[in-house]
Amino acid sequence: MKKLVLFSIGLLFIFVALWQCKTKSAASAGSEDAAQKAYVAPGTYDEFYNFVSGGFNGQISVYGLPSGRLIKIIPAFSVFPENGYGFSEETKAMLNTSHGWLPWDDQHHISLSMTNGEQDGRWMFGNANNTPRIARVDLTTFRTMEILEIPNSAGNHSSPFLTQNTEYVVAGTRFSIPLGEKQDVSIESYKDNFNGTLSFVSVNPESGRLKLAFQVLMPGMDFDLARGGKGPSADWFFFSCYNSERANSLLEVNASQNDKDFIIAVNWKKAEEYARAGKGVKRKARYAHNIYDEKTHTATTTWEDETLVLDPAELKDFVYLMPCPKSPHGCDVDPTGKFIAASGKLAAVIPVFSFDKMLKAIADRNYDGDYQGLPVLKYDAVLHGEVQKPGLGPLHTEFDANGNAYTSMFVSSEIVKWNVQSLQVLDRVPTYYSIGHLCVPGGDTRKPWGKYVIAYNKITKDRFLPTGPELTQSAQLYDISGDKMKLILDFPTIGEPHYANAIPADQIKSKSVKIYKLEENNHPYVAKGEGQAKVVRAGNKIHVYMTAIRSHLTPDNIEGVRMGDEVYFHVTNLEQDWDVPHGFTIKGSTNAEILVMPGETQTLVWKPDQVGVIPFYCSDFCSALHQEMQGYIRISPAGSNVPLRFWSGDAPQVQ
Amino acid sequence: MKHLFQIIPIAGLLVLICACNQAAPSGADSAAATPAATVGQSGVKDDVSQQNVLQIAMGSKDHTTLVAAVKAAGLVDVLVNAGPFTVFAPTDAAFAKLPKETLDNLMKPENKAALSNILEYHVYVGVIKKEQMRDGQKLNQVNLKNVVVAVKDGDVLLNGSAHIVASVPASNGIIHVVDEVLLPPEK
Repeated sequence: MKKLVLFSIGLLFIFVALWQCKTKSAASAGSEDAAQKAYVAPGTYDEFYNFVSGGFNGQISVYGLPSGRLIKIIPAFSVFPENGYGFSEETKAMLNTSHGWLPWDDQHHISLSMTNGEQDGRWMFGNANNTPRIARVDLTTFRTMEILEIPNSAGNHSSPFLTQNTEYVVAGTRFSIPLGEKQDVSIESYKDNFNGTLSFVSVNPESGRLKLAFQVLMPGMDFDLARGGKGPSADWFFFSCYNSERANSLLEVNASQNDKDFIIAVNWKKAEEYARAGKGVKRKARYAHNIYDEKTHTATTTWEDETLVLDPAELKDFVYLMPCPKSPHGCDVDPTGKFIAASGKLAAVIPVFSFDKMLKAIADRNYDGDYQGLPVLKYDAVLHGEVQKPGLGPLHTEFDANGNAYTSMFVSSEIVKWNVQSLQVLDRVPTYYSIGHLCVPGGDTRKPWGKYVIAYNKITKDRFLPTGPELTQSAQLYDISGDKMKLILDFPTIGEPHYANAIPADQIKSKSVKIYKLEENNHPYVAKGEGQAKVVRAGNKIHVYMTAIRSHLTPDNIEGVRMGDEVYFHVTNLEQDWDVPHGFTIKGSTNAEILVMPGETQTLVWKPDQVGVIPFYCSDFCSALHQEMQGYIRISPAGSNVPLRFWSGDAPQVQ
Repeated sequence: MKHLFQIIPIAGLLVLICACNQAAPSGADSAAATPAATVGQSGVKDDVSQQNVLQIAMGSKDHTTLVAAVKAAGLVDVLVNAGPFTVFAPTDAAFAKLPKETLDNLMKPENKAALSNILEYHVYVGVIKKEQMRDGQKLNQVNLKNVVVAVKDGDVLLNGSAHIVASVPASNGIIHVVDEVLLPPEK
């Protein structure tokens, strides 16, 4: 009997255990189909491109959604040895600034170009947060085509956000700095001598070419984030700011003293009118404008020397301040263009401003005094309402197409979904851990695609297999197609993502360039066939017009080069076949490799450091005989009379 | 047969344990088709790092009421966040100064919002060391209400009555132990 009881108990345990397994998966219902939802079968494409800022890697990475697969890294503000960006002679100029040539920056936000407030898939813009710059990436080649430096700025954080037809990309300075004639002033004179600027950079509608159109001079404080208006508010731009206390030290304490900072509303149409009417003040400023020419495959720097500065305290009626609790961070305009959600990162509410009420308050001159000569609108007069107790540490808000908003909460580590009209919290999900930015595909436009929200977290801890002290960053993908947000995927991201955008793949993939046409290659050192390959001496510079095709380099034997010479390997990839790049490098290279796309020419400079015969080779596995794709260059002592010769195959006779 | 009768219960237990393991909160250990039912950052296993404000409070024998309140308010994961936080941590003796009824009421699930409000009034986002506090300084706390600092003869007084009796640095901020519960102003 006793045995029977034991036996029964045993069976019962097994039964309970199995039953628990079953209820466990039922308990995580909603996420049980997660694998299926994030699964993209081998050989099939993702639904969205997800363009993700790289933060401290200075690059922009591209993932597929919903799989979270990394498909591309686009170097913008940092060198990239993998493809020679910033190392090849052609790309070095992209990193020129008034401070010299800079190999690194901190890339925070991206924006995808828009037409009528909707994504148009033409360009992507990125900001450099350290040394102020804006980059433009062409979405047919996924290459950085242009970088414009922003003068009178320090820490280009509230950038590169767009007006709804991509008329302007903005650049608000994070740090205010002395902008007067005298630069050598005491830091303690912040309140007297420091100013900020909000720069408006125009975008040529055909070429995408950037031009610093005007800069709005602002009181010294910190400018944080920004968004362009949409629809009814399309003529306006909204910027958040903190440190309205105008502190210059220990901001952790001193910039949190005021109960409210501001959301700054700028009527850019009006500012544009002032600028066109010549109302601003022209100021001297030296800044770099770097443009990559797709036909010469070469970047050049133009030095600009002037900016137009508009002072809103003098030129009235285009800048208004809306009080906003506690160091606002995100400042996000909903798809209707009628509401602006501001996230006081230290606040326990999300104030939502009404654009209509703002216009009325301006018309009624319903002011609460002024701040440094700029009118401050009454908080209650411009407020649509506050989302009460949404969570802790609200940072950024994105929107879906159904009138809902999704706000990231850093301190309480969650995404909170709320309704823009009713301001009621509808749902919340935890993120792992401490979310910074978030992204809903098209969630910053008039036409959000919805479907997913992605959390870009600041803390990873135990989410992936441990890799020592330095960890990858963690992102989570949530399905938002239903009422409740459902976690469906963790995926690692590189660098440190800040803002990201996602766009349906169909808007980009059919336009993607496969090869550069060799006949359109206008590089000054191109060799469009092996017959044009040659080696030319110009003083102590040796120009090697080299070609690469499966599976040899031409020429692959070079003699007559001497110590003290500088060798320019101009490598043209003769292939006209999709996905057949050739690489090039040489022993002892103090540079990176160059990775040359089909039809393209790129140049590696090499200064011989020893007498001898030095090997070079193709560094991208291109073909079955890739390993045979190699050559030698003979380096003779300075003053040697070894004649300059080059060949592939039979060596020419010595003259 | 006799052995079988003994083995079955043990095997049953083993299966149960295995099943439980699979459903364990940290579940990140094994690959699965469905997301692990993870807890927040407070569930991260880490015995090496400096202790955070929550761990310090949990390790203090004088802060059992505070810890219970933090748990009841669901703020456990918040206090292990990167912060940084300045936490004013009332001792059990400080909580005992409140009417027992008030405290009991606050701990009820239906009063979670009121409890959170009081606890959030004890937290400032940012690190403020005692020596950085200035007479007349206002600290805008997580619940958006101000705590007013008074400094007299080196002694720091909060809202006119609470003393900082000790300060403990943490990995994600600093704890100032206080001898009174801070009650947020009504308006």
